Amino acid sequence: MSKIVKTFKEVFKLCGLKNGMTISFHHHMRNGDYVLNNVISQLDECGFRDIKIAPSAVFPIHEPLIEYIKKGVVTSIDTNYMSGSVAEFISLGEMEQPVKFRSHGGRPKAMEDGEIKVDVAFVAAPSSDKMGNINGVLGSSACGSLGYAFSDVEHAKSVVAVTDYLVDYPNPYISIDETKVDYVVPVSKIGDSAKIVSGTTKITRDPVGLTIAKNAASVIEKSGLLKNGFSFQTGAGGASLAAAYYLKKVMLEKNIQGSFGMGGITKYFVDFLNEGFFKTLMDVQCFDLDAVKSIKENPNHIEISASLYANPNSKSCVVDNLDIVILGATEIDTNFNVNVHTDSNGMIIGGSGGHSDTAAGSKLCIIVTPLIRARLPIIVDKVTTISTPGNTIDVLVTERGIAVNPNRKELKNKLIDEGLKVLDIQEMQNIAQKITGKPKRARLSHKIVGEVIYRDGNIIDTIKAVNKR
Amino acid sequence: MISLKRTMLFIPGNNPSMLMNSIVFGSDCVIFDLEDAVSEKQKDAARILVRNGLKTLDFENTEVFVRINDISTKYWKNDLEEVMKGKINSILLPKTESPKSVKEAEKYIEELEKKYNIEKQITIMPLLETALGIENAFQIAKSSERIEGLFLGAEDLTADLGAKRTKEGKEILYSRSRVVTAAKAAKILAIDTPFTDVDDDEGLVKDTIFAKEIGFDGKASISPRHVDIINKIFMPSKEEIIYAHKVIDAIEKAEEEGKGVVSLEGKMIDAPIVNRARKVLLVLNKSRGVM
Repeated sequence: MSKIVKTFKEVFKLCGLKNGMTISFHHHMRNGDYVLNNVISQLDECGFRDIKIAPSAVFPIHEPLIEYIKKGVVTSIDTNYMSGSVAEFISLGEMEQPVKFRSHGGRPKAMEDGEIKVDVAFVAAPSSDKMGNINGVLGSSACGSLGYAFSDVEHAKSVVAVTDYLVDYPNPYISIDETKVDYVVPVSKIGDSAKIVSGTTKITRDPVGLTIAKNAASVIEKSGLLKNGFSFQTGAGGASLAAAYYLKKVMLEKNIQGSFGMGGITKYFVDFLNEGFFKTLMDVQCFDLDAVKSIKENPNHIEISASLYANPNSKSCVVDNLDIVILGATEIDTNFNVNVHTDSNGMIIGGSGGHSDTAAGSKLCIIVTPLIRARLPIIVDKVTTISTPGNTIDVLVTERGIAVNPNRKELKNKLIDEGLKVLDIQEMQNIAQKITGKPKRARLSHKIVGEVIYRDGNIIDTIKAVNKR
Repeated sequence: MISLKRTMLFIPGNNPSMLMNSIVFGSDCVIFDLEDAVSEKQKDAARILVRNGLKTLDFENTEVFVRINDISTKYWKNDLEEVMKGKINSILLPKTESPKSVKEAEKYIEELEKKYNIEKQITIMPLLETALGIENAFQIAKSSERIEGLFLGAEDLTADLGAKRTKEGKEILYSRSRVVTAAKAAKILAIDTPFTDVDDDEGLVKDTIFAKEIGFDGKASISPRHVDIINKIFMPSKEEIIYAHKVIDAIEKAEEEGKGVVSLEGKMIDAPIVNRARKVLLVLNKSRGVM
């Protein structure tokens, strides 16, 4: 017996795919993903129209999607993150249906609740056998963890593994097993794994970024949470990684070992694990090839599903056991609401990913950002888009000082007692505005191009189209 | 004048972002550079940028220096005219070789102070970076009341000496000792040359410890990444911290009692002593956190 199907056309038929149906993708190949473009172009060739897609993220490589939206092949997008030309196209109001933006934890919840009903899940599989036992660690397109695909294979009516590395049955490593997979489609290439590396996975050399990182590490050190067994997550941005670097120095000095590091995993976290700073890595997504190698070889580097990571519907999830998370922001307002979806012009440049999930779950959520980016003050009266509600943010760390959410009085007093420069967020806003002036808000159109759906399933904000220049 | 100068961080005068953020790196002083960091073509632009920065930005407790171009150039007077329109504490005078050049700069500074109604006297820090400057160190140190310290510049100096600049710094040992001795004889500060390898923290630590051991009061830096290390090594001594506490206690007590003149252990406490005590305690407080 074999589940191998030679062509997409054939697999579309076998899955009973029809106009108006929903298909899903995971984004572990990140900006090196070929599968989404490949499937959509085949759908177009077969004459499909009004297809709804639910990729866990959309990257610049998915630019061809624009033409298929224009042709009516794709009419709806449900995703957690979006950058590049497609994001720009959506921002300009060129798609009729607003994009639904969820969080990494909210997406599996939406599948469980039936808010996203996936008809066919296409799973980019770096390695598969003929029966659909797949993993992300073998083959030339190895991307490591397949964490975001787990909910898709669990809930989709049909599951198609798309692979460029067919191995003898049974696959020696099984991440998603054959009980979940209907068909296996071999292709010449599922993507370019070198491009899973984000451009921001190196520690910043920018002196302002390093100052922010040092200050963030100080907040962690003085917060009282830095003790044996603590857990930690940080993004892959240069300043977040630099904060991890400074944190490591403190851990070494104080002889502290953490329990687990989590998130998108980079070489820095792998080094943390290998050098004994953390006992375990919980990996929902690998951000570089060192992480891919580690998840394959090190049993303490564990692949976790998006549901286990952050699904608020589940009996429990790991973010609820997270002590500290460091996150970024394009804007933060004086109520501590954070925007990671749009820039100050209202253009879509990202999405929540795990931002709002980890902010909600962690004991200490730190936002790191320069007070002024380029010519713009980052603290605003009201963020352009609310991605993460302010009541889940604890501390803002900038190069000029720290602002603590007023609902964390105890923490604020502790940091002041420890000699850190704690200011009110309004005070920090004033410092920035003295230098930059108060910029006018971008004038956006009335057309809604995106809905920000919080992890609990409620819409917390909408994204408006930017005006064409 | 607060005279704690553990770190003096150079900021290129033509870099708006660094200018704007100059105080966030934790150095006791910043030096906005109009000289070596700025090419001939950008002299005007940098001068205007620095002037505007000095007029608009709040430097909080950080002392502000400007390195103007040396007095043999056509730029130095224009530099002073512009930067003295803003808030500055001191002028770093490059390639100072004799008391005469200090006097010349001082005369023009005085003129501008009158013209701009500047009440607080602007101080001068001569930068000794030629063989002649080193040999005249004591005379230079004593040439003006405005001089608060001597600053050693080893890069130009080694070129002038025909020596090779090394990390070990044997080639500048004599000059370092000479500058320290001259400064201490004149009862002013001695500031050491920057360590120029921005990626060699170990080398920086060695070089800074050595500078402190032979009597320097602080060290220049060309990289914000060096500031923390230098600050740590030049932390005030335990005795100085205790004394600073006593000074502040005495001042507070005198204020409560409405006394104008304050003395401690039989000696009168004047404004520079109080300022230094405040700075010592500020530094101590800052060092508890990172900021």
